[in-house]
Parts: sequence; structure tokens; C-alpha cells
Amino acid sequence: MSIFPPEQKVWFNEPVEKAEVIWVCIALVWALIMFAMMPLWHLKGTQNMSNEAYRIQPDAYQAKVDAFVEKYKVGEEGQAKTPVVHPPAGADVYLQARLWEWYPVLELEQGKAYRLHLSSLDWQHGFSLQPANINLQVHPGIDEVVTITPTTSGDFGIICNEYCGIGHHTMLGKIRVVSGK
Amino acid sequence: MVAKPIFRACGVTGLKIHDEAEKLIKINAVTAIVVLAVGGLFGLLVALTRWPTVHLLPADMFYLALTAHGIDILIVWCIFFEVALMYFASAILLGSRIAAPKMGWVAYALMVLGAAITNWKVLEGNSSVMMTSYVPMQADPLFYVGLILFAVGALIACFIFLGTLVVAKAEKTYEGSIPLVTFGALVACIIAVYTIASGAIILIPTFLWSVGLISHIDPLMYKVVWWGMGHSSQQINVAAHIAVWYAIAAILFGAKPLSEKVSRCAYLTYIFFLQIASAHHLLVEPGLSSAYKIFNTSYGMYLAVLGSMIHGLTVPGCIEAAQRKKGFNKGLFEWLRKAPWGNPVFSGMFLSLIMFGFLGGISGVTMGVEQINIMIHNTIYVPGHFHGTVAVGTTLAFMALTFFLVPVLWGRELILPGLAKSSLGHGLLGCSSRLQLSPGRLSDDGHRGCVGVRGRGRWRAVRPDHRGFGAVR
Repeated sequence: MSIFPPEQKVWFNEPVEKAEVIWVCIALVWALIMFAMMPLWHLKGTQNMSNEAYRIQPDAYQAKVDAFVEKYKVGEEGQAKTPVVHPPAGADVYLQARLWEWYPVLELEQGKAYRLHLSSLDWQHGFSLQPANINLQVHPGIDEVVTITPTTSGDFGIICNEYCGIGHHTMLGKIRVVSGK
Repeated sequence: MVAKPIFRACGVTGLKIHDEAEKLIKINAVTAIVVLAVGGLFGLLVALTRWPTVHLLPADMFYLALTAHGIDILIVWCIFFEVALMYFASAILLGSRIAAPKMGWVAYALMVLGAAITNWKVLEGNSSVMMTSYVPMQADPLFYVGLILFAVGALIACFIFLGTLVVAKAEKTYEGSIPLVTFGALVACIIAVYTIASGAIILIPTFLWSVGLISHIDPLMYKVVWWGMGHSSQQINVAAHIAVWYAIAAILFGAKPLSEKVSRCAYLTYIFFLQIASAHHLLVEPGLSSAYKIFNTSYGMYLAVLGSMIHGLTVPGCIEAAQRKKGFNKGLFEWLRKAPWGNPVFSGMFLSLIMFGFLGGISGVTMGVEQINIMIHNTIYVPGHFHGTVAVGTTLAFMALTFFLVPVLWGRELILPGLAKSSLGHGLLGCSSRLQLSPGRLSDDGHRGCVGVRGRGRWRAVRPDHRGFGAVR
């Protein structure tokens, strides 16, 4: 019985049940297949985490965002008058997370690739693109660069999905994808 | 100083019970259940707030309740019960006296004090930082002090367990190797020591930071080390509740392991591989290389999952073997059909086994894949997964064992045994995972204001009738 010491003092040499051997083999083969698939998915797949990230001080990042907004601003949106920014295709695009807003509103062109920079000025935040459901962690002090190519046009919401205090659920942003000319 | 240990023979099982050990087991188990009730109440408040038509709590109270729910259930309830389980698996199963019972009370006092301080700070409202308490969000310094005190108490309890193994060996209270269940508890204990060490490495500096003695904690480093505790603490649960499965199989059916070697080696994979698999919490972090992530979540994780796959065969396998020996040989499943389903000790254990594997296990392995993780990270899928592991896996198994231990340790019948049976069903209903892709940790379906959040229903794999909880519109 499992609650008493093994009947045989030297239990290691006891024969193993055939069913167990078969099952261990099946499970091991499955584990090895999954083991091989992990790097394969990474190489073949098109939706991987980026490995590009830089250390940056929050105020330095904010300065970059401000310069970016000033350069490409095309309008304002909402009560907070959040700037709408339309950068050229292929540009470096900056999105800033802070308590509790995503800044600015990005206007991107369908089918064009952009280098999206993400960083936080204060606490950790979660970049969650809806309804596509792309979820990335956003840290203060780390400039994370993700190459994105919007494939469909329309308005996409950004929700913060890392708890960041009392206003967490109000932290919403927007990426607008317009069809290319 | 050392009084002669007093033993009694258990009327139900014939086990030799040391009275000091018995007292410690009782107090730790009772405290665990009280904490489960308190934490469960917070969970109810969380659920009633996430349910859009009720939407019970305002945002600040919701985040408070969610923090308390996470800490009380994921840490305090499980560890108190595991301490009781470690004492049971060492002193009682080996028929030994418990080592240093006085230190057992010190450990208990520290754990109660720590849990109380942390809860007090959370309830005060200035430490709603979630269980994960990611920096640079800061809680009250005493919030961290409480967690550290609790961990010190738990560490002492681990050493009492190890000490009891030494005492039992030295006083020759058993022959040969320790029983499989004790071996499982030993694995849980080793993982617990690792868990507590990781917790100390990160929580002590975080405490010093909260009182201003350290200027900066790197948020990424915090996460890497914190998950060494956060994930491993749940591996203690896995090792412990599998020991409970084996224990209940032995108690109810007289089942012996199909093979000691296979079951014990499966346990060993947990020690070797599960801890590094905690990197699967970091799959969408910036600044960590894909090589690091893939190595730790494939190599590490799948070998540990192999251990669980083996237990998934050997636990029901040893019950089947025991039942067939008694003559339940008709067809493939007579052994299972004729099992004592009316006994909550069995039904709880077996449902825990099935649900842990199919809900918790499969959902967990799925989200350990890099590309899937990017889709489900921090969505309600994640609580769906860990309610499949901790609620229906660990909690159900521990409650099943409790229904056995109450008559043994207190010498009483359960009151309302019918309620005990149905409570398992309620537990399942209440805890059934909601594997959906809506954003987690929101007090509100706050994304109402943003663009149409559609297409999340397709992942709603389990219990579609609970749609009220998961913000599907």
C-alpha cells in the first residue's frame, strides 16, 4: 500500500507493469514531439515575441514620444484631446503607457510594416490589442520594439491587461488602421 | 525537557498516532479550512463583481477583494494544509514521534501572524497590489513583512518534516524505504524549500525598497525571481495533492503502486524540471531571449508534464488493480463503476484527478506554447487554467482527505454527510474554468467604450452556461 513502506526492501529492481511501460513511452514520445515543435513553431510561425529591447529612462522615452507626436500629429480625439498620429509606413512608432492612458492614438496603414515601440512611464502595464488579442507586457525602463503589420483595416482597441491600480479598467487606447492608397 | 511521547492507536486505520503530531495536524488543517472559507468568500465577491448584471463592488473594493482572494487561497490555504499533510505523512504514516513539536507551534504562530498582517494591510485598502505585487507598484511595508513571516513559519515546518524523517529512521519505526505518500510529501517539501528561498530572495529586497533602504528594484528581475516562488508554490500543491490521491487510493482500496519505481521517478521529474518551467510566465516579457523562453518552457516543462502524465495513469491504475483483485473484472470499467462514488472521500479524489488532468493540465500545457501564450496572456483564460489546477485539483483533493481525516483525528462522524457529497459538486460548479480570452484582472468590462470586442466566444470551451462571468457580448 502507498501509505506503508514498499513490501520489497529493494523495490527498484521489481519488474514494471507492461501497461506502464507502454504509457511512459507514449508520453515520452509526445513530450519529445512537443520539445521539437517549440523551436519549429518559433522559426515557422509569424506571430512571435520580438527579441528587440533596450534599456531607457522613462523621461528619455517620454521625450521620444513627444517628438514623435509633434512630427506626425494629424488631429485630436476624445474628451482628453488625445493626439492622433499618422506616421509614414515603415517608421518607428511610439506608444506610451502611463497611469491610466495609452498615448497617442496611432493611425497606421493596412499592409505596411511598422516598428512599434512600447514602454511605460510608471508601473507595469499590459498591451492587449483587441479584438486581435495580441498581449505584450510593458515595463518601465525597457523600450520594447515589435514589428507589426496590420492586415485588416478598422479601429482596434488597446486595453491594459496588467493590473496597475485603481484606474486600471479605464486604461484604454486605440490604433486605427486605414486602407492604403 | 523531552517528555516521553504519547501514542494512541487509531480506531479506524490502526495507525500509531503521536498526540503532539495529532494536535499540530489538527490546528494546521483547521486553520487551512478557515482560510479557505475566508478566501472563498473574497472569491465570491470577485465573481459577483465580474458578473455584469450584479457588478457588486466598486473598483477599489474589487481590487482589494481580488488581492485578498489570491493571497489567501493560492498561498495561505494551500500551505497550511500542506504543513498538516507533511506532519501526517511523516509522523503518522511512519508511526514516529514528531520532531520538535514546540517548534511546530512556533512555525504555526509565525504563519498565522504573517497571514494576519498581510490580510490586515490588504483589508486596510493600501495594499491592493494583487498576489503578484509586481514592482514598481508598491504595497505597505508590512504587507511584505507578513508574507516573509509566513514563509519563515512554513520553512520551519518543512524542517520539522525533514527532522521527523530523520527521527523515524534513527528510531527504526519502519523498515526499508519511506512509503510512496511520504515520498510525495518529501518532494513537496523540497519544492517548498526552493519556493521559500526564491520568495526570500525577492521579497526581502522588495520590503527594504518599500521602506526606502533600496532605491530601485528592477521590474523584470522581480518577475523572473518572483515566479520562482509564484509558480513553484503551485508545484508544492501538485506534489502534495498527488500524494493525497495515492493516500486515498491506499486507504479506500488498499491499493499499492503498480510499480514503486515508476511512481517515484515521476515524482523526481518534478524536482528536476518543474522549477525552470516557471519561465512560461515570462513568455511575453520584453528583454528575455526566445532561446531562454523556449528552452525553459519546452525542455523543462514537457519533462515535468511527463511526470504528471505518468501519475495520471498510475493513480487510477493502482485503484483498478486493487479493484480487479477484488473481482470487479467485468468489462473495461466495472472497477470504476463499482467504486464507492457515494463516499465523498473517493468521489472528491477521483473528480480531482480527472479534472486536474483535463482542465488544469491540458489548459496549462497549451498556454505554455510561445505563440498561444501571446494570445492568452493575462486574459481570463489564465484564471480559468489555475482554477482548474488549484480549485478542482488541489482543493478538491484536500477536501476529500479532510472528509477522511475528520473521523480519524476527531473520532467523529461528519455532520450532514449528504452536504459533504454535494459540496464537491458545488465546488466543481463554482470553480469550473472559464477558458475565455477576455482581458483579466478588470473590475469592470471596462472595454465597453472601446471598439467592438468580438470573437472571444470560440475559446469558451467549458460550461458555456456561465457566460455571465466572462464578459462575452
